[in-house]
Amino acid sequence: MSEHLRRLYKDFELISDPDFCDFHVALMPPFGVRRYVRPQVNFSFDGEYPFKPLPYGQAGALFEWGLNWCIARHANQYLIIHAAVVAKDSRALVLAGTPGSGKSTLCAALVCEGWRLLSDEMALLSVDDGGLYPVPRPISLKNRSLEVISAFSPDSVMGPVVRDTAKGTVGHMRPPLQSVELGERPARPAQLVFPRYKERSGTKLTSLSKGRALLRAAENSFNYSVLGTHGFNSLARLIDDSDCHEFQYSRLDEAIAVFTELAT
Amino acid sequence: MTAGPLIRQAFIEPESVLGFSLSEWDLLIRQARRANVLARLSHLLDSRRLLERVPDRPGAHLRAARIHAERFRHSLHWELACIESALQALDVPLILLKGTAYALAENQAARGRLFSDIDLMVPEARLPEVEQALISAGWMAGTFDAYDQKYYRQWMHEIPPLRHLKRQTSLDVHHNILPKTCKSCPDADKLFENSVGIPGKNFRVFAPEDRVLHSAAHLFHEGELNHGFRDISDIDLLLREFSKTDGFWQKLLRRSVELNQQRALFYACRYADKILATPVPADVQTVLERQAPARTRLMDFLFVRALMPNHASCNDRWTGLARWLLFVRSHWLRMPVYLLVPHLLRKGYKRLAGERL
Repeated sequence: MSEHLRRLYKDFELISDPDFCDFHVALMPPFGVRRYVRPQVNFSFDGEYPFKPLPYGQAGALFEWGLNWCIARHANQYLIIHAAVVAKDSRALVLAGTPGSGKSTLCAALVCEGWRLLSDEMALLSVDDGGLYPVPRPISLKNRSLEVISAFSPDSVMGPVVRDTAKGTVGHMRPPLQSVELGERPARPAQLVFPRYKERSGTKLTSLSKGRALLRAAENSFNYSVLGTHGFNSLARLIDDSDCHEFQYSRLDEAIAVFTELAT
Repeated sequence: MTAGPLIRQAFIEPESVLGFSLSEWDLLIRQARRANVLARLSHLLDSRRLLERVPDRPGAHLRAARIHAERFRHSLHWELACIESALQALDVPLILLKGTAYALAENQAARGRLFSDIDLMVPEARLPEVEQALISAGWMAGTFDAYDQKYYRQWMHEIPPLRHLKRQTSLDVHHNILPKTCKSCPDADKLFENSVGIPGKNFRVFAPEDRVLHSAAHLFHEGELNHGFRDISDIDLLLREFSKTDGFWQKLLRRSVELNQQRALFYACRYADKILATPVPADVQTVLERQAPARTRLMDFLFVRALMPNHASCNDRWTGLARWLLFVRSHWLRMPVYLLVPHLLRKGYKRLAGERL
């Protein structure tokens, strides 16, 4: 666990005596025998245990999932979309889609190519000002993506890799220093893309109508129904501000060329 | 009590939050979240025009909770419309209880109050047709276990909770406010007779004094006090709101006798006062004191602890014991021993057997 934090959160400031924290979380050994025999780990959100305990080896992954849960469950000042967000200058590219669509892989590759990381896993779209707010935490990579990104960018730093989790093999990539330093600065949405990784396919960018894009983004939102009218208005503003596309790919270098082109 | 929960201070004197440091805000938000009153706190501060003066970081949490509560209110009204149409053809008085009642009656206690079940009360004799109509409209029993079915139908004041197949919302249908096996169970007819209609709807709610008594009866017979602080705050808000009406306190005292809830009302006023400084007139207190049990000091020890938010900062070394004793007490009140012992043995055995599977 300390390895997970040391490697992935190296560039984050450690606050020893914080005055205000959004979420108080802890990883704890469970009560009873599972503290010692085939040890497990529990995620505590300020004394509440939202998940079942996991094998101790999965502590790092549980920590990341737990933090995602805290944000997705409570941060209703944002419309939260299942998406990775990267930016060039202050114009953001939102890569939305269900798990397995290849958005994190694409996100990691773009970040390795110098794009700024705002967030992996979830886009935080402010209900008040329509900006995308950063949480530049480690990028979660699963199964083959881990090798793909290590091969694509040998300089990338990976945290400990855990096998046999509910989501398969899971590892995380350290966010770049510059993205962490810009961690308080929002970006404006410019592109909304629904990627789909398809083995051995060509690279294909197709434009998506605003109406369909809105429905698909709503489907991929964690709290669209919780926000009611605020949710609809925020989504409508995102769609108005963005060019919307579907994107199919199998080769990262070609994919990156397409997004570099889009961003100019 | 450690740290004298900030949340009490914030509820008793909302203006005092303006002097809070960021670390005090940190603790207040945590206590409020844990007690499920973050949105209520947000409304309270807003009603005093204090919300915009809250520092940005805690302010974001208060606004987020409020957005959630706003949407909750919409969903609640939609769900009520569905229930109303499912039961339209029956000519049955439908009384909504607790949170739903506060919302329909537009009580202060409804603002920012979140809950998971809708509670409905109908006359016991009409239960079969109400249940049938709800099932035809898509509600299903949450349990098919024969023993659970019998437990509810024979002894409880409600049928087994219903869940809507598509919307997954839950609905508890009651015919009284306390279990039939409970000594202080009131005559349900009296509650129906005194109920008031909601203009433009087919629903009714209890009269204000009965609404307070139900809230008290529920809280002081309850075993799991995870929402204890929210519930005592309900009582505080209801009492503060209703006491503006002339003659409210006298009616409340009279009804507590008619409905057999003197003891519950005594506790409600005592702990609302102790915890949230609810103003209870001296003459009312004098009458209520006559209901005080011999073990009032013990009850103070237990309830003042158990009605705090279930958060580490509000607990002391006795809190766990207090919560456990009150849990035991609730079963004691619920049914006589000759029913309780077999029931607990059976539940305990099933839990063990279930774990082994």
